[in-house]
Parts: sequence; C-alpha cells; structure tokens
Amino acid sequence: MNAIGGIVLLLLGADLPDGSAVLANLDANSGSTNKIVVSEMTIHGRRESRTIGAKSWIQGESQSFTEYLSPPREAGTKMLKLGDELWTYSPSSDRIIKISGHMLRQSVMGSDLSYDDMMEDRKLGDVYDAEVTGEDSVLERPCWVLTLTASVPDVAYYSREIWVDQTRHIVLKENRYGKSGKLLKTAEVLETKHLSGRWVATRAVFKDALKSGDGTEFSIESIEFDAEIPDYIFSKAALKE
Amino acid sequence: MIRFLVKGLLRDRSRSLFPLLTVAIGVSLVVLMDNYLRGATDAMFQATANFVCGHLRVTTRAYARAGADATNELALLGLDEVTAGLRRDFPDVTWTPRIRFGGLIDVPDSAGMTRVQSPAAGLAVDLSEGSPELKILRLAKSLAAGRLPSAPGEVLLSDDFARRLGVGPGDKVTLISSTMNGSMAVQNFILSGTVRFGVSAMDRGALLADIGDAQQALDMGDAAGEVLGFLPGEGYDDRPATRLAAQYNAAHPGGDEFAPEMATMRTASGLGSMFDLMGAASALILAVFVTAMGIVLWNAGLMGSLRRYGEIGIRLAIGEDKGAVYRSLLAEAFLVGLAGSAIGTVIGLGISYYLQEVGLNISGMIPNATVVIDDVLRARIAPGSIFIGFLPGLLATFVGAAISGLGVLKRQTAVLAKEFSG
Repeated sequence: MNAIGGIVLLLLGADLPDGSAVLANLDANSGSTNKIVVSEMTIHGRRESRTIGAKSWIQGESQSFTEYLSPPREAGTKMLKLGDELWTYSPSSDRIIKISGHMLRQSVMGSDLSYDDMMEDRKLGDVYDAEVTGEDSVLERPCWVLTLTASVPDVAYYSREIWVDQTRHIVLKENRYGKSGKLLKTAEVLETKHLSGRWVATRAVFKDALKSGDGTEFSIESIEFDAEIPDYIFSKAALKE
Repeated sequence: MIRFLVKGLLRDRSRSLFPLLTVAIGVSLVVLMDNYLRGATDAMFQATANFVCGHLRVTTRAYARAGADATNELALLGLDEVTAGLRRDFPDVTWTPRIRFGGLIDVPDSAGMTRVQSPAAGLAVDLSEGSPELKILRLAKSLAAGRLPSAPGEVLLSDDFARRLGVGPGDKVTLISSTMNGSMAVQNFILSGTVRFGVSAMDRGALLADIGDAQQALDMGDAAGEVLGFLPGEGYDDRPATRLAAQYNAAHPGGDEFAPEMATMRTASGLGSMFDLMGAASALILAVFVTAMGIVLWNAGLMGSLRRYGEIGIRLAIGEDKGAVYRSLLAEAFLVGLAGSAIGTVIGLGISYYLQEVGLNISGMIPNATVVIDDVLRARIAPGSIFIGFLPGLLATFVGAAISGLGVLKRQTAVLAKEFSG
C-alpha cells in the first residue's frame, strides 16, 4: 500500500478486516487435496538460465512425491516428503539420502527455494498471528496487506508480509523476513487461473534476497485436482523405481 | 704499517683473539637470526600458499570479489585454455587448478540407507602421477592409512574425519554437494586412504578428490574454481608476484565479471596486513638484536683499548705521537672488525645455508600440532644477509675503539712518569 493510501485509510477510519479471518479464508482456498502437478522451474542464475521440469504427486498437506523430468542430468532424481521428513534419490549414485539438518536450508536444484520452503505444509493460521495493515493493488487486483508474526518457534521465517487478493483469497505477493527483520525471500505472482472452482497462482517468481541472480520462475504446466494416487507412491521403495 | 699491525695482532693473542671471537660470534648470530626469521616467516606463509591460495591465484573477478563466500557458480570456464595460456606466458611458475566445494559425506549401511552423515570441506586437485600437487600438499608424507587415489572414483579423507565416520580404506562413501549450477550432486566414491595434514581446519573434515572426479560430480567440465601458481624456489616473494599479476591483468583487460583475474598471495589470502606486521616484527626483532650485538662489540672495543692503557702510556712516554697511536688503535680495530665480521658472516651464512637446504626436523617436538606449521625449521638466505652482520660488526668494533682511544689524546706526557711510578 502506498503512503497516501495508508493516510487516507487512517483518516477515514476505514474498517480493516480481522487478520485471522483473512488468513482463514486463504488457508481454506489453498487447502490441499490430492493433486498431480506438472511444473517447470526456470532458474535465472548469475551466469545462465536453466529450466527444470518436474511432476509431483501430492496427497493432503504432508505427503508428496516429485520426479524431475528434465534436463537429462536431473532426470530421474526423485524426492519424497512424508510429514517432516524428506528423502531424495539420485540415479547416478543409486542412493536414497535423507535430507536433514542444515541441508534443509540448501537450495533445491540451485533455485531460490530451499528444502525448508518445500517442506512447509502447515496452514499459515496455525503458525502465524496475522494483522491487516492496509490495502494495496497487485496484478490490478485489490489486496489486503497482512503482517504475519510467528506464534510458534519452529518456523523458517519469523515474519511475513503478504498481499492477499480480497475476493479470490490467494497470495499475490509476499516478503519473508528473519527474526532480525532482514528480508530473506520475496515472491511475486505473475499469473493466476481459475481451475476446478478455485483460484490458483500458475506462474510466480521467487527470489532469495541473499542470492545474486534474477530469481526462479515457477510455472504450473498442468494440474489435476482430486486425482487418484496409489499409496505406494509415498514410500521409499517408489524412489528407486 | 698494516703488515706491522697484523703481525702485532697475530703475535699478541690477547689483543686479537678475544675481540675477534666476540665479533665473529656476534656477527654470525646476527646473520643466522636474520635468515632464520626470514625462513620462519616463509614457512608460515608457505603453508597458507600450499593449502589455501598459492603464490598467485587466477579466478574469475566475481569469484575473487566474493572472497570466502565464493561458490563454484563463479568458477573459471575454459580451464584448459586458461591454464595453457598461463603455462605459456609464465613458464617458470607451476600452475595447478583446484576446486573447493562443501557438502556432506554420507556413509551407507548394509541396506544402502544413511548410517552416518557429516559436513565436509572438499578440495579437488590433480592427483595424477607426476602432479605437482603431490609435493605441494605433501600427500605421501601425510598419508595415515591406505594409499593415494590411483583410479577414478577414489578419494582421501582426513584421518580424524574418517575415524569419526567409522570408515577406512576400501569403504564406500557418498558425497552430497551442489553442482556449479546449484543442483544437488550425489556421487559415490571409494575411500583409498586417509591423510593427516597437521592443519586443524583440514583434519577436522576434509575430502580430497581428483579434479577430474570433482568436475564430473559437480558438473564442472573444463572448469575450476581457481588456478594456483607457485613461484620457483621455496618462499613467497611479493615483488615478482606483484609484477606477474600486473602483467597478466594488463594482458586481460575488459571482459565481464567472469573474466580471469590474477591476484598475489598477499591480496588473495587476505593476509596483507599480516605480511606487513610480520615484516615489521622481524625488522624490530632484528634491530634490537643488532643493537644489542653492536653494544657488546663496542664494549669489546672499549675493553681492548682500556686494557692497553699501560702499553699506550709507555708508547707515548718514549715519544710516539698521540695521533700515530690513535691511528694505529683504529687500524687494529678495523682489522679485527674486518676479520671477525668476515668469519662471522661466513659461519652465519654456512649454518643458514644448511638450514635452508636441509633444515632441522622438529617433528618429534610437535607430535600433536594442530596449527599450520612446517615441522622442519628452515632459514632463507637473502642478498642482504651478507651485510646485515658484517657492517654492524665492523662499525661497532671501530667506533668502540675510536671512542675509547680518545683517552689517548687527553693524556698528558708530563704526568706519564708519575702514573708509572705509582
């Protein structure tokens, strides 16, 4: 929200909605069902850009299985997330490796996203206190600007500033901060689509503020909601198949 | 006259031997101290050169700017061409590429699942037969168990690290790291042996791989983080290094942040102020030592003249001119100083040469050293070593005799008879 807008809002005494209510709507809209997503991630590095293709099978909030499809060097690499545990399989070593500890803070495939970001599955309302601080416009859509402050200790980002579409209930822009107030990551949605009765961000740019480069563009090529996913997919045995 | 004085000095040992020995010992100690301090400083910086940055380092500009945060995303591409150019333009310098990388070492159990995992600091160098790295990193000497890698896919781990992981030669370990593009790199290796560098930072968790294996694992074909250059001879010399770096950088102007850039050890290591401090400290230690030795030699000159108080009195009493006596004292002091300084310089240089070429092995005194230190004490002779002891030795003896001899001019011939009668 720009400064003038904020002052006008303050002078008019306009009512801002309750932060928890906005967050509840957001969580309800983004609540996961079973879905199969084919996506592309273009990493704009300091030297060159690379595009990595992947297919993900997602069940509920805590189980997902991802297979990287391209480029050839990454093809066949798989990742399995079960609750708060993450395993990866690399065909070149034929090893299943558990990603834990400080490795979770490492970048996924050189992108601006970390494994911690990938592991995030809790609803925002469960781990943050929200306060609506104003209004703004993103992608020509009216948004509530919310400041989220962690209500639990084990979160990757102590506070966040999110721009939530007032009627579509999706996040269109986000800044993530550390406990010191340092900006760590930004996200900006470039495109949204209405799919299977809900609004989905289909193209977004993530940027690690501590990293050089022009960020990572994530786009959804196809998404299938309420898909039938066999249980064996979410097992370590599936990693080697 | 000179012949007469030399004869006098040779025949009267008390006039020559003690002052000569004093001057020779003092001068030899000054020469030895100068060369030893230079050698010790060299040894300290050489360990940094060998393990960290070489005497010269060629990287991309971005890699150099990033300093300790440099990643292989900023590596030098076209490595073969860069290295060939360096070897052609600077044939006296030994050039060798290296890749540094971080990651995890994962040790599988019998089912192939993670048994233990620990962070590792990776260093990839040319481990092929005849590679200069074998000598630079003293690998054969550092080997604690097993053997050096001789086939692709073999690596070394630091001995402490291997013990902590519970692995030994022949075991399989998996490196989890990042490619130069940032993707996850997972590669299996066979542990061929373990090494003990005597450098705590490396002994804590180092993995040493052949550069070819690292290039393959980290997707760095024809790329390396850095190319290190080692000047001929043992020590680092900032002047030629600065000249070569300036020459290289002048020949590679323009370009983007990924263009190659050469830096000297002084700038690449971030030890510039340490270099200055060590230089100043060495100069201060040497100055104090030279001054102390000067005072001793001066005192020896004074003692020599005072001891001959009676002899000088008789010479004056029988009619020898005061000026002639004074001049003969100075000439004798000059001869003693000249001979003593020459002998002292030769002895000091001789011992220094032995320490420079052979060294003194003190490994038995530092069995558990955990700092970057060479276990062979060495000295380094520099052109200035010839004068550092010689001039103070000659001057101090001469000045000592000149001041004490002033008494000759003050003595009254008329009271000499009274002095002797007493």
